[in-house]
Amino acid sequence: MFFYRRNSSRFIAALAAMALLVAACSSDDAGSAGGESCEFGDLNLTTADTLTVATGEPVFPPWMGVGDDNFDVPESKTGFEGALVYELAAILGFSDEQVVFVRTGFDEAIAPGSKDWDFNIQQYSITDDREEVVDFSLPYYVTSQSLVTYPDSPFADASTIDDLKDAKLGVAIGTTSLDFVEDVIQPNTEPSVYDENVDVEAAMNAGQIDGLVVDLPTAYFVTAVQVEGSIIAGQFEADAAAPDEYGLLFADGNSLVSCVDVVLGQMRDDGTLQSLEDEWLTQDGAVPIISG
Amino acid sequence: MTLPPDQTPRPRLWPDLKGSLGQSEEGARSALIAAASTLILIALVLWWVLTSEAWPAVQKQFFNPEHFRAAWPEVVRGFWLNVRMFLVAEVLILGFALLLAMIRSLRGPAFLPLRALVVVFIDLIRGLPIILLILLLGFGIPALQLPGVPNSPLFWGVAALVISYSAYTAEVYRAGIESVHESQRMSGRSLGLTQVQSLRYVLVPQAIRNVVPALLNGFVSLQKDVALVFILGIREAVRAAQIYNARTFNYTGYVVAAVLFLLVSVPVARFTDWYTERDRRRKQAMGSG
Repeated sequence: MFFYRRNSSRFIAALAAMALLVAACSSDDAGSAGGESCEFGDLNLTTADTLTVATGEPVFPPWMGVGDDNFDVPESKTGFEGALVYELAAILGFSDEQVVFVRTGFDEAIAPGSKDWDFNIQQYSITDDREEVVDFSLPYYVTSQSLVTYPDSPFADASTIDDLKDAKLGVAIGTTSLDFVEDVIQPNTEPSVYDENVDVEAAMNAGQIDGLVVDLPTAYFVTAVQVEGSIIAGQFEADAAAPDEYGLLFADGNSLVSCVDVVLGQMRDDGTLQSLEDEWLTQDGAVPIISG
Repeated sequence: MTLPPDQTPRPRLWPDLKGSLGQSEEGARSALIAAASTLILIALVLWWVLTSEAWPAVQKQFFNPEHFRAAWPEVVRGFWLNVRMFLVAEVLILGFALLLAMIRSLRGPAFLPLRALVVVFIDLIRGLPIILLILLLGFGIPALQLPGVPNSPLFWGVAALVISYSAYTAEVYRAGIESVHESQRMSGRSLGLTQVQSLRYVLVPQAIRNVVPALLNGFVSLQKDVALVFILGIREAVRAAQIYNARTFNYTGYVVAAVLFLLVSVPVARFTDWYTERDRRRKQAMGSG
């Protein structure tokens, strides 16, 4: 649980501060944060008048590029994160043409040194350890983990974590799914760790693992598109004390984060984040709960 | 034939720092110059790196003692798997590659189909990136779900390495066999040995001795390439370091892995040099004796 030790009171305090700030600066669009101006001309940008947004390669639905012609096209403004970026950019004062996407690997994004992008968005979970070397925005999504498997698997009917003790599970590296498996499920066999979800799926096809633990929105995509015949066996009860939250990733000390936080706070308060979530991430039909 | 042991020049584990000057005074002076210039170079590089503006950030993320200690146990645990993998793989490679090389060295039209098969195999395997072979065998074969065929990623990962390295190593052996003078084969045959027997008892023993340094070189290379099986989800040292990095965004785990790899491969590299040098001197001694 070490990696989830997240200070939620800090988050609430930040939200409250944000609300005050937004109220105080309601005269202008983007407001200001921490004494720094968030006027369009004053934003700390790597390229003038351009919001350079880094993301993964490729990007997957439902996060970015949803629809047959939009796969791996973040500029399509589709998907939860894709739509979020354009909403956020618009509030900060950018036109759609001023939003430029660049691609980075996971490692590249966190390596020390100057960055040629303003922020990186690819479902980075916010953790204290990571925050020592980079800066995160306020969370824009709280996720829960889920189990993907085949319907004929002995673990397809799991209803409690104890049912999964004998499962051989796979996860993708860089996700907090690994910590979840090791710290919460604690299966008897060490989970296998793959580069990408596609490799976890290959291992599932090869019968090398019983199931894949992945965040719920990605599980929808995996079961619908990537692994034919797979199902979501269930979602794990979220730990209210240690939510798994996604944040935008900034280079350490980037002053832009305070302005983005103001906007994200606004988007949360006025329901924009929720409606984006409803549009892109929520699916019909209840997913069973696997309890602790 | 050979010099008495006390007169045989002893091979060194480390390159000769004194150069090849014979006289002791000159030797001492050149050793001093070599030491001084080495120290100055190291000092310059250190100064250049440590005064860099980004050094504190790099040190925090790459050379962090606290993270070094924290990452050590899991990376070492992964590395133990690497060691077992490359030891098992090396034994299999040395055997399988020798078999391939011997088949390829058989003479006569009757053996053509066998030779052709080996040539095609070696060409195909050497033409494929190892990583592709690992992916194809590791995920592909188990997906066929053939009865009786193992589906363990560890099994297929090591199998892919053995197949790939055997193709290269077979060529090393073949070069060794071809470096043995043709008259040796002829002598063997004239003694009544069959083709296979003359390969086995006359050519191969001499060939192997000639290619030991090249074989050791391949072994060093294998020690590092076993890390590639992480793509199959196997948690060896590099993957363990990567997991640590993904959790903490700190790269010190990679440094831990690098140190472990060096601890194993540098001694083998030194041994190879030492062996090569010893062999060279022995041959010289034999030639002059």
